[in-house]
Amino acid sequence: MVKRLLIFVFSIALVARAFGFQPPAGQGGFEPVTGLPPSEQISAAPLLIAAYAFVWVAVLFYLWTIWRRLNKVEQEMQALERRSHTR
Amino acid sequence: MMRKIFTPLAILTALMFAYAPVMIANALFESTMGLVQKIFYFHVPAWFAMFTAVFVCGAASAVYLFKGRPEADRIAVSAAELAVLFGVIGLVTGPLWGRKAWGVWWQWEARLTMAFLLELTFVGYLLVRKYGGPGAEKLAAAMAIFGMANVPFVYVSVNIWRTLHPQTTVVPTLGPGMRGAFWFCVLAFMLLFALLLTLRVHLQEQRATLDELYLAEEDGAV
Repeated sequence: MVKRLLIFVFSIALVARAFGFQPPAGQGGFEPVTGLPPSEQISAAPLLIAAYAFVWVAVLFYLWTIWRRLNKVEQEMQALERRSHTR
Repeated sequence: MMRKIFTPLAILTALMFAYAPVMIANALFESTMGLVQKIFYFHVPAWFAMFTAVFVCGAASAVYLFKGRPEADRIAVSAAELAVLFGVIGLVTGPLWGRKAWGVWWQWEARLTMAFLLELTFVGYLLVRKYGGPGAEKLAAAMAIFGMANVPFVYVSVNIWRTLHPQTTVVPTLGPGMRGAFWFCVLAFMLLFALLLTLRVHLQEQRATLDELYLAEEDGAV
């Protein structure tokens, strides 16, 4: 009796082990989701290019504002000089 | 002295910014974030420049408040503008990186929120200077000193609180394949900061001269 029981347990263990080595079962169904995970959604290149482009645009825009403000001040100085000469 | 070295420094900075993309392209990829991590090479140096601008503004403001030197005030207002400029660069490039790395543009976590508040402090500084009326310079100077005191908290916030943002240990532990490109970009941004500050202070000096000319003219007319 004990011998039969041992054979039964041993064979169950063998079968379980054999199933353990099987590849996972195929997908039984598709689960719809509204959004993709972030890694699938967007590529990095446009973000990288946008970041670098923004740095250039911001610095060049700031340089332009300094140049414009300096020009304005210099024009006012010249206008003042002309006024003082005409007196 | 500064006028003599301004043009060579400007050329050097332009060349460094032109060459920076080559250095960045040749730098190694980060294992988990991949290509988007390369934003790091402009994002972090922009914050370094922002923090430097804040320190210059705060120190110059302290000198102006306690010693009353007008030239210190001219440096402070110029540095405040640069703090806003580099802060905007950091606040725009960060979310572009985060969108891919974290899956979100923005998180109201400690580092991002504190950096945003620091930026707002200096936007506030400029608004006070523009619309504050008489005495606004001194009020703005006090704001700049408080802004400067915030910088260490912004810097260590990633180590104190649990945040999405990478910690401060990232920079000192950069590998050889990334270190060169990173410090090259830091140097380029620091040079850019020095050049822009020189230009902006010059504008402020010209404005001071113009004010003196107007006052002299009024005195002459009376």
